[in-house]
Amino acid sequence: MNIIEKLEREQIAKLTADKQIPDFRPGDTIKVMVKVKEGDRERLQPFEGVCIARNGGGINASFTLRKLSFGEGVERVFPLYSPVLASIEVVRHGRVRRAKLYYLRGRTGKAARIPERRIRPSAKQAKAEKSSGK
Amino acid sequence: MRTGLIARKLGMTRVFDDRGRHVPVTVLQLEDCQVVAQRTEEKDGYTALQLGVGRAKTKRTTAAMRGHFAKANVAPKRRLAEFRVSPDNLVEVGAELTADHFVAGQHVDVIGTSKGKGFAGAMKRWNFGGLRASHGVSISHRSHGSTGNRQDPGRVFKGKKMAGHLGDERVTVHNLVIIETRPEEGLILVRGAVPGAKGGWVLIRDALKKPLPEDAPRPAAFRKPEEVTGEAAADAPAAEPPAGEAPAEEAANEAKE
Repeated sequence: MNIIEKLEREQIAKLTADKQIPDFRPGDTIKVMVKVKEGDRERLQPFEGVCIARNGGGINASFTLRKLSFGEGVERVFPLYSPVLASIEVVRHGRVRRAKLYYLRGRTGKAARIPERRIRPSAKQAKAEKSSGK
Repeated sequence: MRTGLIARKLGMTRVFDDRGRHVPVTVLQLEDCQVVAQRTEEKDGYTALQLGVGRAKTKRTTAAMRGHFAKANVAPKRRLAEFRVSPDNLVEVGAELTADHFVAGQHVDVIGTSKGKGFAGAMKRWNFGGLRASHGVSISHRSHGSTGNRQDPGRVFKGKKMAGHLGDERVTVHNLVIIETRPEEGLILVRGAVPGAKGGWVLIRDALKKPLPEDAPRPAAFRKPEEVTGEAAADAPAAEPPAGEAPAEEAANEAKE
């Protein structure tokens, strides 16, 4: 098992060499930039939504983002370390009491609100300022 | 025809390829995969290489096998297997085969022993449909149905698919793709799943149904016997009387390293 863990760690180190993956939890609003290939051209497509679940560990980790697109709920699952993701950014911290926010699926508007989570003003302060500045 | 390799299945993981797609891979490890004997046309009537892999305790190796290993000047092996090769692809006895024997992108066949499932019913073993959930079916929802006709032929045909032992048999998976090899660690990453449990032995050979890539090493990728165990191979006594001693010495030397 050790060798497999080593291989996975190597992979993670390689994949995170040129990008920062922030700490985030379910309830946080995340904005990811997805690399989209169109013919021979590559562009970045943003996807911003509430993280409603995080799954797996190590290189198998993934997360689910949910947003409303023209009144229609859209969910997308991204592998955390996928090279398709150019960047991951926490837009807003949310305070929730579940690990999986599947209950949001039945709700829209006011019922789907998530209160903001205050983060301790310490190491994470820089990040908080950045997100509140936007 | 080149030789194959014997490897241990370590388990599965994933890698991301250069286009960002994830690829499921099985990690296979070579553990001192050495040539133990050659089979030749004049002596045996066919051409093949006998490979050995792993490390067996000398104490638990039979005297006959100890002699066999001593003749080849290799430490006792856990698992032996023969691979048919063409005469020009014979490799000298004692050579240690390395993971770069296969090149990335190459197709291989992997042979393993599937996980045993015990005595399995017809639904699991043969994908039968079983009987209905209701409409008078009693107790036998997962049974097979009829097994034959009437007085004529009056018997069940041979080979009829019925319940019985499932798994724990030799399974070959064809045309898996080599994703990466790491000769220094002895690792081979193969796309997809491979039969058997983690820690089981599998045989890897060039795919029968795909052409061999041009840059695949011929006759094989190996380290010469004198490079393998260093001085142990040189000063180990030739063959017969102290047969048990030679492997023991080698094992001890390897343990020190």
